[in-house]
Amino acid sequence: VAAELTGDLARYRGVWVFIEQREGEIVPVSLELLGAGRQLADKLGVELAGVLLGDKVCGLSDRLYEYGADKVYLADHPVLRYYRTETYMKVFVKLVQQYLPEIILMGATTTGRDLAGAVATELSTGLTADCTVLDIDPKQRLLLATRPAFGGNIMATIVCKNHRPQMATVRPKVMKMAKPVPGRRGQLVTWQVDLKEEDLLTRVVEIVKERGEQVNLQEAEIIVAGGRGLGDREGFRKICFGLAEAIGARVGASRAAVEAGWIEQKYQVGQTGVTVAPKIYFALGISGAIQHLVGIRGSDIIIAVNTDPDAPIFKECTYGIVGDVFQVVPALIEPLKELLSK
Amino acid sequence: MVHILVCVKQVPDTTEVRIDPATNTLDRSSAPAIINPYDSHAVEEAVRIKEQFGGKVTVISMGPPNAAEVIKRCITMGADEGYLLSDRMFAGSDTLATSYILAKGIEIISRREPIDLILCGKQAIDGDTAQVGPGIARRLGLPQLTYVNKVAEVEPDKGEIKVHRKLDDAYEVVIAKLPCLITVEKEINELRYASLPDMIRAARYQPGVLGAADLEADAAMMGLKGSPTSVTRIFAPTQRGQGEVLKGDVSQVVSQLIDKLSTKISQNN
Ligand SMILES: Cc1cc2nc3c(=O)[nH]c(=O)nc-3n(C[C@H](O)[C@H](O)[C@H](O)COP(=O)(O)OP(=O)(O)OC[C@H]3O[C@@H](n4cnc5c(N)ncnc54)[C@H](O)[C@@H]3O)c2cc1C
Ligand SMILES: Cc1cc2nc3c(=O)[nH]c(=O)nc-3n(C[C@H](O)[C@H](O)[C@H](O)COP(=O)(O)OP(=O)(O)OC[C@H]3O[C@@H](n4cnc5c(N)ncnc54)[C@H](O)[C@@H]3O)c2cc1C
Repeated sequence: VAAELTGDLARYRGVWVFIEQREGEIVPVSLELLGAGRQLADKLGVELAGVLLGDKVCGLSDRLYEYGADKVYLADHPVLRYYRTETYMKVFVKLVQQYLPEIILMGATTTGRDLAGAVATELSTGLTADCTVLDIDPKQRLLLATRPAFGGNIMATIVCKNHRPQMATVRPKVMKMAKPVPGRRGQLVTWQVDLKEEDLLTRVVEIVKERGEQVNLQEAEIIVAGGRGLGDREGFRKICFGLAEAIGARVGASRAAVEAGWIEQKYQVGQTGVTVAPKIYFALGISGAIQHLVGIRGSDIIIAVNTDPDAPIFKECTYGIVGDVFQVVPALIEPLKELLSK
Repeated sequence: MVHILVCVKQVPDTTEVRIDPATNTLDRSSAPAIINPYDSHAVEEAVRIKEQFGGKVTVISMGPPNAAEVIKRCITMGADEGYLLSDRMFAGSDTLATSYILAKGIEIISRREPIDLILCGKQAIDGDTAQVGPGIARRLGLPQLTYVNKVAEVEPDKGEIKVHRKLDDAYEVVIAKLPCLITVEKEINELRYASLPDMIRAARYQPGVLGAADLEADAAMMGLKGSPTSVTRIFAPTQRGQGEVLKGDVSQVVSQLIDKLSTKISQNN
């Protein structure tokens, strides 16, 4: 059991997770963070709370209890319909000042990173960005937040010793969502919002959904990713899309393939693309640069095909095949299709 | 006429960074120092807005004396003036302290010439936090618009700006009151080639240097003292472990892979 602190820091108790929702849909990373937050809260012997801001989102709170929250702080108001830094930040900061949590987690999404940076500055506290591992030092009730930096070349563990709350943003897909417990209940705390639209400095005019197919690599179960080794656009189409279509997988790409113009940027996996965590990840003609690897480490199985036996990808894959993708992949399609259809 | 301020950071080129395997620390000397790539797009955007309305682009950078190089680089890109915030007391600053120091610098500059718009990069490629932009905006009490990939309209007379913000699966059109702070994505523009007159000007240019005393800043809010976060451990990322490389001709490796996958999949279920 974690030690009790004395002095000012002792007034802060409990773990909070910012529940990000878009148009009334909870963003998956928030549920993942309830799973991670539950473990931290148990190690500290405190409550876990979800903080839910929006317009007509009250109905979402039941799901948050099922995913591990003991409490939900709810601010439900028309000014909170779209995320805006100024409104969300003001409400969030007031909630913190009223209820004094010791740890706050937010998803490292565009919204989470935007809000966390503003809230931490308002509260003059520390914020660790884009974490991939969280733990507790029970002696000092410290959050040990570990994150990649310098383009994934190093990992750093960061603490915030003398300030509360301790804040961190966490990458989507690195924490495991807990299994929901149907019917699990919690306590709802409603917060009155006293903001007026006419006092605000920003206004959202519209939200435009990206045209074309939703890529959603983060949720994919199987990803077939291709790199520069596929040679040209035609090779990429034939090998990468060919295998993906045959086995019902999603397509991903290295940055080299994106920069060559073979596929759009939204398919890029890695540090400056998306982080993925599929059951199976195929890396075809991808060398395995660190910036690519940081995006795929959460995969259950990584299968690499590469002509170069010294390619770094072979040090990180589950199964490696030293060979030409143009020979190996076509031979793989039928047996894989059969295996995966079982 | 508009006055636009851009924050630029000098960073090690992370493609060239080496880790000292003995100590697991970063060998910074191995990597050339460059301007943070996102920040060059911020400078380009500022210069474009200046060209539209007339006015001035000022850049600031916090860093060691040799960070003056990135300011000179900005001059070649069309910035008019630059300041280097440099002082031993700034060393070891985390994002909270960094944003404090930069905000103090901005206050000093805006006292002389009020600022309409502040631009930052989306994030720096070394620290990678994307926290300094929001930090500066909060300290100055300005609206912040992050992840901007298009400046749709600037209306200095109305005191408004309209931008597109890139979201995870969409983009958002937002209007904010000026002055405000925006952080930019690389897609916002294409960088231009430096012009000869700007290159000549940059070669001779020496940025003004501001230290802690010039900023009228509180020593307790800078450097290690002013940084709530601290790095307790730095280590090389763990590998998943050496992969199993399958041997044989194409049909052999394919059948081995299928066998292994089928066992693995049945284990996992
Ligand atoms: C700040 C920064 C951020 C970055 N972010 C990302 C990111 O998010 N994602 C990303 O992927 N990269 C990123 N990169 C780029 C990264 O460093 C690499 O340059 C990139 O991943 C290389 O892509 P690649 O493996 O496809 O190409 P290469 O490194 O050129 O590898 C091609 C591979 O194909 C193999 N090959 C060739 N022919 C065949 C064949 N016929 N059959 C089988 N194999 C073959 C070769 O042996 C080689 O290993 C980033 C870089 C920087 C500096
Ligand atoms: C391994 C490691 C991990 C770290 N992790 C954290 C962490 O999790 N939390 C934390 O608070 N600090 C952290 N730091 C410290 C942090 O990197 C520094 O405070 C850094 O000076 C600013 O943060 P950044 O590089 O992430 O910038 P970002 O916030 O990513 O930069 C965004 C933009 O702000 C502007 N900007 C940033 N720095 C400057 C500058 N010096 N001069 C001018 N403009 C600038 C630029 O426009 C830039 O594009 C870490 C440092 C290391 C070495």
